[in-house]
Amino acid sequence: METKPDLNIDRSVGDFHYDVDYEFDAGIGLSEKTIDYICDVKKDPDWIREFRKEALRKFNSMPMPTNWASHDLDNIVFENIRYYLSQGTQPKRSWDDVPEDVKRTFERLGIPEQERKFLAGVEAQFDSEAAYSNIKAAVGEQGVIFVGSTEGLHKHPEIFKKWFGKVIPTGDNKFSALNSAVFSGGSFIYIPPGVKVKHPLQAYFRINAENFGQFERTLIIADEGSEVMYMEGCTAPKFETSTLHSAVVELVALKGAKIQYITVQNWSANVFNLVTKRGLAHEEAEIKWIDCNIGSRLTMKYPGVIMKGRKARGEVISIALAGDGQHQDTGAKMVHAADETTSNIVSKSISLGSGRSTYRGLVQIGRHLKGCKNNTECDALLINTESRTDTYPAITVRGKENACQHEASVSKISAEQIFYMQQRGISKAAAMSLAVNGFVNDLVQQFPMEYSVELKRLIDLEMEGSVG
Amino acid sequence: MSNTLMENPIAAQSAWPAWFTAEQATALAEYEKSPTPTRKNEPWRFANLKPLDLSAFVEAKPVASEGRLINASAGLAETSAKLVLGNNTLLHRESSLPEGVIFETLETAATKHTDLFKKYFMSQPVELGSLKYAALHKARLTGGAFLFVPANTSVELPIEIFQWVEGANASVFPHTLIVCGENSSVTVVDYFKSADKLPAFACGVNDLHLAAGAKLTYVSVQDWSHETTAFHLNSTSVDRNATCTALIANFGGGFVRGESLSRLIGEGSRSEMFSINPVEGTREIDQRTLQDHVAPHATSDLLYLNALDDKSRTIFAGLIKVEPGAKGTDAYQKVKNLILSDDADPNSMPGLEILNDEVRCSHGATNGPVSDEELFYMQARGIKRDAGRRLIVNGFFNSLLERIENENLRTHLEQLLAKRLAIA
Repeated sequence: METKPDLNIDRSVGDFHYDVDYEFDAGIGLSEKTIDYICDVKKDPDWIREFRKEALRKFNSMPMPTNWASHDLDNIVFENIRYYLSQGTQPKRSWDDVPEDVKRTFERLGIPEQERKFLAGVEAQFDSEAAYSNIKAAVGEQGVIFVGSTEGLHKHPEIFKKWFGKVIPTGDNKFSALNSAVFSGGSFIYIPPGVKVKHPLQAYFRINAENFGQFERTLIIADEGSEVMYMEGCTAPKFETSTLHSAVVELVALKGAKIQYITVQNWSANVFNLVTKRGLAHEEAEIKWIDCNIGSRLTMKYPGVIMKGRKARGEVISIALAGDGQHQDTGAKMVHAADETTSNIVSKSISLGSGRSTYRGLVQIGRHLKGCKNNTECDALLINTESRTDTYPAITVRGKENACQHEASVSKISAEQIFYMQQRGISKAAAMSLAVNGFVNDLVQQFPMEYSVELKRLIDLEMEGSVG
Repeated sequence: MSNTLMENPIAAQSAWPAWFTAEQATALAEYEKSPTPTRKNEPWRFANLKPLDLSAFVEAKPVASEGRLINASAGLAETSAKLVLGNNTLLHRESSLPEGVIFETLETAATKHTDLFKKYFMSQPVELGSLKYAALHKARLTGGAFLFVPANTSVELPIEIFQWVEGANASVFPHTLIVCGENSSVTVVDYFKSADKLPAFACGVNDLHLAAGAKLTYVSVQDWSHETTAFHLNSTSVDRNATCTALIANFGGGFVRGESLSRLIGEGSRSEMFSINPVEGTREIDQRTLQDHVAPHATSDLLYLNALDDKSRTIFAGLIKVEPGAKGTDAYQKVKNLILSDDADPNSMPGLEILNDEVRCSHGATNGPVSDEELFYMQARGIKRDAGRRLIVNGFFNSLLERIENENLRTHLEQLLAKRLAIA
């Protein structure tokens, strides 16, 4: 286990870059001018222009959270980032309208034809605007709205304005303020009362310009008794200088609604991925985040659920894999604000080579609440001597009729296990890969089938060369 | 007790060497220039900052009720030595310790055993947030206890130290420094007590140093008045194959900030860190701990128990840190909160930082109420609900006291606990 891993991973899966003619490019750096430029191009209403400017002021006034977070954040040079870049085209409705070069990009990523048919709709974000948007007729007929955030803002202002920025206030943190100032792209989804969307809605997000920060904004509203599953997958081209990805995702589950939000994050190893994700669960509603982080240089992401209605439920299932030079700083936030609310957090992380995985958690149960329960489990697996893992939970559980438990453990793959497999003719590398897959297997099974297959493939890929 | 010695407390005063008073001046400047902590400092997250306003407190006067305090300084039936300090001054000392054992006031140690004192006095890093208050302690220090047990010496009976505060808004700076030589063994009980129910300020430091193969059991019975603001900064350094068991019982104090650092610096060393905290009213116990595994194949085991009633508040922020070279580490950390009231406010932050892959490490935090079934069971047997609840709290803490090996000491602590919970 002393060998330094040689992580010459074949990243060709997401490693491509085609020249794109950037019709609309806000240039480098961030100022009021940049905001005006974005607003003009996107024809934003005045209240959004004001919202963005207010957010910019907040962003400028807030310090970096390095009093608790990684000092690697200090390496982000905000002046060198391109904050807005657009194809300048309206989201496409049919596949034929999608530009050829964009299609080539998708083919490199290998989105299979069958999968396209299986999935209800594909909202593919190419740079900051959705380049392709197609919702299956069936979903549309049910009254489901599945559009880009800009289109949602223009065409459905009555629903959009009611919830936008309400779950995650602009000043929640420095990066939610940044996103609020320059957001573009992302999805807006509304599920009418009682509608159960059978197929998952899926979006691919990608970065494809050097030094280009991507600031998508997603808002999902599931009206009373409705159900929806949303899937977000990320692969990014590799560049020489750092890029910044800072998304804000807000979920609103009204009475009895269920939202599942699934993410597989595989940004290239130079991306700062600083994301704020939070859901608001009303009475008897359920919000479940399934979050898998494999790529990026530094990810900071703590999906949260605010359970504000009786019997609401929140869940976070998290898998993190930190390879050489990577830091996966992930976790969960559970805020119980009503009686009989329950939450569950299961986090598993794997650190390889010099990789570092961190779990940060927050569990709050307010006083005078009854029958609230939280369960948290964090398991970390360390593969090499220089691998690192940290756990920083913060638990405030008040009220004598509530209960919570937190458990965490750290382990390495047992030598006996590997020896046993080697005895049976399995190579050491394959045995390690099997052991790691076994470690996360119970969580991976919670992903939809095609994602769990992809995930296993990604873990195998990351494990290549991690044993000498 | 044979071999009893009485010392003149007045003579012990102003016995500090000049080099130390010079260091105190530097410490005072450090205290004054360091900023008061804010919650933005991670070690002060969740902390109540109001008690950091120390403007009401004054210098302690010489104690008025010396005889009463000496009489009240009664702990275990059998001890090998005892030291009683009141308002930073020696009141009483008795000893039947084996030859070579040094058990003196701190100022005597600074003069007579300067090398030992200089080597160990506040030599551990202050990493848990209270650098400012460590500086204040050093600047204002006037008395304390110093124990040195030479190599291969076993002290059979426990040693007791009593540190009293008396008078309205009096400030005390208790200090206990224990140095255990190779393969030595000793048990020390340190009592912190108030002569009255008045507000007071205590800012204490306890440092424990264990050389290879040493064995130390250290119990702190903190029983300040419920109006007292107290800082207790503890550190432990454990060398090869040495074992330290440290128990902190926070029976008193209105606001108590405790910081406990345990550094495992030798292979095969072991550190047990225990704490029991019955809290009620508006009392607040803020505890920060660090288990720092520097050496390989060491073990640390932390168990903190809090029972919270009324509007009381606790903070537990613990960290297990496994340094890159500390392979074969076994480290455990657990905090359990028993919630007795809807208004109680327990905060737990059990943390891990693991920089080596060959470790066995786990931590946990639980929060839960007294179960109705348990209470019903007792009520069915004629035990009233309130008494039943106190019995459950007693049982909750007793599960930890069972880990104290010395039977006489364990029984003594069980009695103190029962008295504290008004069961006995």
